[in-house]
Amino acid sequence: MEIDGLVLATIIGMALVTYATRAGGFWLLSRVQLPGRVERGLRFLPGAVLVALVVPDLVKTGLFGAVAALASILVAARTRNILLAMLTGVGLTVGLRQLFG
Amino acid sequence: MMEEQSKLENEAAPITFDRAGVWDGFRQSLGLGISVFAYGLVFGVLARQAGLSLVEAFLMSSLVFAGASQFAVLGLWTLPLPIGPIILTTLIVNLRHLLMGAAIYKPFSQLRPWQRYLSVFFLNDESWALTVGQFQAGKRNGAFLLGSGAALILAWTGATVTGRLIGSALQDPTRWGLDFAFIAVFLALLVGMWQGRANLLPWLAAGVVAVIGAWLLPGKWYILLGGLAGSLVGILQDGD
Repeated sequence: MEIDGLVLATIIGMALVTYATRAGGFWLLSRVQLPGRVERGLRFLPGAVLVALVVPDLVKTGLFGAVAALASILVAARTRNILLAMLTGVGLTVGLRQLFG
Repeated sequence: MMEEQSKLENEAAPITFDRAGVWDGFRQSLGLGISVFAYGLVFGVLARQAGLSLVEAFLMSSLVFAGASQFAVLGLWTLPLPIGPIILTTLIVNLRHLLMGAAIYKPFSQLRPWQRYLSVFFLNDESWALTVGQFQAGKRNGAFLLGSGAALILAWTGATVTGRLIGSALQDPTRWGLDFAFIAVFLALLVGMWQGRANLLPWLAAGVVAVIGAWLLPGKWYILLGGLAGSLVGILQDGD
């Protein structure tokens, strides 16, 4: 067991602030009464965060990524199967990178 | 616009929290688990290079369980350990969780506090996205997040330990297209969330602001900014 006290303290500190960010959203909303308009705006939040999460990563994958993304979207729209969409995207990305990368 | 209100708003059906939900979340996250495992291996290898012992690497992955921030602090991991900057960096990189928690607060507010605050320990980008997709599809099991997070924390921690042990040069996950696994899943979830033109402007705003933010700012600020921008446009577009 190789563990340094200072390192342990640092890791525990990291864990605590990370948990605070995870629980903070719940904690704040359970205490603050939001104005009606903002409250209704919350329903846009999941989609907006998801878009913000994926678009910059997608842009970085370039043309191959764009092709794979389009295929994944089509598969998802037709089958509603997330796993199938994932396999399509990953398969196409690997294939395109091997062939033309 | 009322008919386009998402099912997230529909509070008619009560939220349940049981083993079936845990299992559902676990099972549906196994595919992503492979990709998470690949990145965990890379983290384990880098953790070894940064000087973390096996126990330390294990503790970090199982207690912090937040990949982006863990990779970020390895860059600061020099002796003597700069504790302040390390913890501050962790906080900043993980601030996006605040918005993610807020986005799923409505259904979770119906759960008991212990269920809510236990589940949220497992909040991560992928499990959060899958959970949103579940609620959007009308499923009402609040334990899904816990199950999904459990699958991914096992993959992440197991891979960290494996990578730390073998420690050799590993293949770049992008070679196996694994970087695209997350992208494809997130896109598929967005397809399920698309409810018509009302989504267009908010999503466009979120995407544009996120790309600009990722380009101009360090870390993960772009997720927060994009999410806020998209919601703001949604509020404005709603009018009153």
